[in-house]
Amino acid sequence: MRLEPRATPSAAATILWPAAAIGATIVFSSLLVMIAGASPFTVFFLVFKGAAGSQFALVETLTRATPLIFTGLAVAVAFRARLWNIGAEAQLYLGAVMTVVLGTGAVTLPSAGLIPLIMLAAMLTGALALLGPAILKTRFGVDEVVTTLLLNFIILLFVSMLLEGILKDPMGLGWPQSKRVIAEAQLPRLIQGKRLHFGFILAIVSAIIVWVIMKKTVLGYEMRAVGHNAEAARFAGIPVNRVIAKTALLSGGLAALAGFSEVAGLKGNLTLDLSPGYGYTGIVVAMLALLNPLGVIAAAIFVAGIFVGADAMSRSANVPSYIAEVMVATSLLTMVTAIMLMRYRVRWR
Amino acid sequence: MIEAFEILFTASFWVAAIRIASPLIFATMGELICERAGVLNLGIEGIMVAGAFSGWFTVYMGGDLWTGVFVAAMTGAMFGLLHGFLTVPLGLSQHVTGIGVTLLATSLTYFTYRILLPEVTSPPKIEPFEPFAVPLLSDIPVLGPALFNQTPLTYLAYLTVAVVALVLYRTPVGVAVRAVGENPSAVEAQGISVTAIRIGAVMAGSALMAIGGAFLTMSAFNSFFFEMINGRGWIAIALVVFGSWRPGKALIGAILFAAFDAYQVRLQQITGGVIPYQIFLMMPFVLSIVALVVVARRATYPKALMIPYQKGER
Amino acid sequence: MDASRRPEAETVLRLSGITKRFGSLVANDAISLTLKRGEVVALLGENGAGKTTLMNILFGHYTADEGEIEAFGTPLPPGDPHAALAAGIGMVHQHFTLADQMTVLENIVLGTRPIWSLNLGKANARVRIRTLASDYGLEVDPDRMISDLSVGERQRVEILKALYREARILILDEPTAVLTPMETEALFATLKKLVAAGLSVIFISHKLGEVQSVADRVVVLRGGKLAGERVTDQATRRELAELMVGGQLPVNEVGPASPGEVLFELKNVSTRGLGGSALRNISMQLRGGEITGLAGISGNGQAALAALIAGTLEARDGDIVVHGQKASRWSPRAALANGLGRIPEDRHATGMIGDMSVAENVISEAYRSPRFSRLGFLDWKAAVRFADDIIKAYDVKCPSPEARVRLLSGGNMQKLILGRALDGDPDVILASQPTRGLDVGAVAYVHARLIEARDRGAAVLLISEDLDEIQVLSDRILVIHRGHLSEPSSRGELTVMELGELMAGHGIEEGASDAA
Repeated sequence: MRLEPRATPSAAATILWPAAAIGATIVFSSLLVMIAGASPFTVFFLVFKGAAGSQFALVETLTRATPLIFTGLAVAVAFRARLWNIGAEAQLYLGAVMTVVLGTGAVTLPSAGLIPLIMLAAMLTGALALLGPAILKTRFGVDEVVTTLLLNFIILLFVSMLLEGILKDPMGLGWPQSKRVIAEAQLPRLIQGKRLHFGFILAIVSAIIVWVIMKKTVLGYEMRAVGHNAEAARFAGIPVNRVIAKTALLSGGLAALAGFSEVAGLKGNLTLDLSPGYGYTGIVVAMLALLNPLGVIAAAIFVAGIFVGADAMSRSANVPSYIAEVMVATSLLTMVTAIMLMRYRVRWR
Repeated sequence: MIEAFEILFTASFWVAAIRIASPLIFATMGELICERAGVLNLGIEGIMVAGAFSGWFTVYMGGDLWTGVFVAAMTGAMFGLLHGFLTVPLGLSQHVTGIGVTLLATSLTYFTYRILLPEVTSPPKIEPFEPFAVPLLSDIPVLGPALFNQTPLTYLAYLTVAVVALVLYRTPVGVAVRAVGENPSAVEAQGISVTAIRIGAVMAGSALMAIGGAFLTMSAFNSFFFEMINGRGWIAIALVVFGSWRPGKALIGAILFAAFDAYQVRLQQITGGVIPYQIFLMMPFVLSIVALVVVARRATYPKALMIPYQKGER
Repeated sequence: MDASRRPEAETVLRLSGITKRFGSLVANDAISLTLKRGEVVALLGENGAGKTTLMNILFGHYTADEGEIEAFGTPLPPGDPHAALAAGIGMVHQHFTLADQMTVLENIVLGTRPIWSLNLGKANARVRIRTLASDYGLEVDPDRMISDLSVGERQRVEILKALYREARILILDEPTAVLTPMETEALFATLKKLVAAGLSVIFISHKLGEVQSVADRVVVLRGGKLAGERVTDQATRRELAELMVGGQLPVNEVGPASPGEVLFELKNVSTRGLGGSALRNISMQLRGGEITGLAGISGNGQAALAALIAGTLEARDGDIVVHGQKASRWSPRAALANGLGRIPEDRHATGMIGDMSVAENVISEAYRSPRFSRLGFLDWKAAVRFADDIIKAYDVKCPSPEARVRLLSGGNMQKLILGRALDGDPDVILASQPTRGLDVGAVAYVHARLIEARDRGAAVLLISEDLDEIQVLSDRILVIHRGHLSEPSSRGELTVMELGELMAGHGIEEGASDAA
């Protein structure tokens, strides 16, 4: 069998293949549901109901989508320039650390000053965390996939150390958790009494800004050029290493905003279970969005819906909520296959 | 300080080091085979999780220990087949696919665990492999018990290194695997299928990774719990680079690394809480990064690593 | 070698009515060909004539839409790479199919033993390789690493691979492209021994001279069709050329040069190696109004020199002097800022970004200028206008400025690169293998543009492994060997054989380049 590139993907192929990817994911998870002894129809109905069946469900889904938009953007930006950032999880936690360092009373400013300050500081920390691997890549040729993966473990242990050390809340009954952020550092709720917060708006705005950067600016052009063909980019005079460094800063910064928004908008303090793997799920979100920044919003809401829906479902049906993780991982694999099939024709001879 | 130094000469330290090294040896050899054939396998972390569970569960259900090892290997090979199919004939990004395989293998394992053992609170236990002292050899001071008073799975790990080295350098199939990672068209021009060799290598490698995972549940410990692989797969990837894609050097890397890991645990006990324990836990990961930086520059990696191949292409 | 005139010689290979289509393109249109025992048949045609497709079909990499193949009287099953090998057909590819970090022996025995057997049978293999090597003049040490071999030695390994498998039919794809004239002679001697031993050879080439000296029969392809077939002794060179091109060969008039000032200079420059030899203390001067040709066998430092001048490889030592001024930091940007136009060796890997559009590609060297961007935002309209200008001025065949470059033919891609490099009339031009893989029309076009640039006063450095191209275009010729340069010679001063001697390193001394 061989692959032949299509001149331009046909309209039918761009719709059919991704649809087939979703279809395959549903078929596969239905099988698992049946193995678990439940009816797929009931289960998927419950998942859908749990994700979008009520105002509460919708608000919950959007709340869960917020950090995923940030990590999805972080991954999309990095992968565009072919910088394989698998470390969004660590960058997220560093953003959260910065948020509690500055937001728990160390600095007192009105909200209008304190929040932007924290955001900047958080972004900077996340950015620097990815700059390291980026420099190791460009200077020493060390594969950034492995370094960012290993850094995830290092940074999580570092956060754990902080939470049992200098950041530990003395009133926390011995739990490893930070103090709560002060009122001025908190992001307002969008709907009174609901969990959805201003971080969601920030995420949408970030997606639009990233889209503009990628489409309209010199930096976006450089990033795409480096991602498609670094050697040709270097030959043309594009400063490849500097572009990779800038990409790292942008990507790390975006991932850190996820941590900032979770602490300042939702949780109020930092614990070691702040993120149930949002950094890794960001990879799935970015791939489902075909690395398009605006597509990230839709993909994040979709993935968040699966998680929120599966949580609700597992409480009423006897199917473990891990089905959500399985669906998300399966959709990643089926979607990358679909993207390939959109662009290439498979010839068996 | 003297105390810290003396650790190095105790048999128990080296016994622990070899025990820690064993799963890494399997995993590193597995990754090495994949990469020698030109395929980066980031599915390793998840495949180890799947292997750890499937091997253990087989024994928990009343299977023989070696049946458990076999089931783990087959589980790994199946995920290897998935990774191989997506990255070799379809030519998908090895990075993204590998992460996808890790996510899938991990979540499928957890899902299955919850279905098969819905009501357990504390993880159920099995009778694991027992240490077996090799007569005579285990009487050598310090090194004897360290190397030859281990469980049979550790001996299998030694054997694996020898077999991998012999096969890669001394047999037709090994030469084909190395050639396919260097220049696939050299293999195809000689009438051998690049796809078959690559998928085969990824499956074989993945089977070894899964046995590495099973070592943890069936030899080092006696039960399965979540997060138990804890980055060992990623460390194995670093060890392959550190070992310059050579089985012997990778083995030395794995043992050095494990010795360091065993050492930091003991050092932690000696220092008695002055230094936060997280610092010690970080060391293996930090060490892996340092090893990568030191070696990456002069590494001669397989030329066709991560480059998909299309028939008739030159 | 006149088996063709002996009617009793058996037919060993017969291709009948082979047709292969890729979408709307007909790559092979009902091509038939026969090969007899002890015969050398040349397959002549320019790039894109369908030679490679035909061979890919023979070797089962593609399946023909129509037609049949018969080897030694038995039909070959289509689409089975193993079948051709098993039938005793061996191929020496233009781009060698060798694994670099493995030994000669390992490369040769690969695939010749049952895949699951427990050993490589090295001792026997070594003996057989040595015997074959001495029988046919293919000496090479079986235990050396491929990466340590010269290009000529690697080609010998490729031939040995086929012979080791007891191939009775040998196909050589453009085998002389990488050889010195002397190595070419040695190869022809080997071929004579092979046919004397009863083998048959298909010799793929686009060079008329060598086709005439080596082949018994010539089969000419053009545009995927069989253009004609001639017995070599009965065909003139001109007749073959016209069959190949389908008319008169386009010829560029190269007028006399009027050398001006030195515009670009390298002084005692050394670099690290780059896919070949490093540069060792070389000096050269490029004058305006002159084409300087750099000849040499692949891998002798051309890649390093091209990358050095283009700005992608740093000099370890020595100076780069542009317009009489020593350049302090040299990089692609510095090269562009100093008015260099650069045509890279590899269009696909270095020249263009295949997955980006024509417009995005043509601005890649100038996107930071106010012409294409303001305050960090790109002016796409200006980019599209510029792309349109190049498309018109250079006669590029492409659907639109938004089309992805990957979809263009090699010739059209090269025209885009020319358009980008020559924009703003640079007065120093680096052209590295500018016509590799192009058809005759496109080659003539590229040559005409380079001559035009020379005539308006630019200094042109032409790096090429094609000695004919160097001799036709260059006003001055330098030869590179193992990173050292020869003394310059002027047009017509040295014969082909004398240049060949230099290419083999005779007469290029360690210190010679200092004086150049």
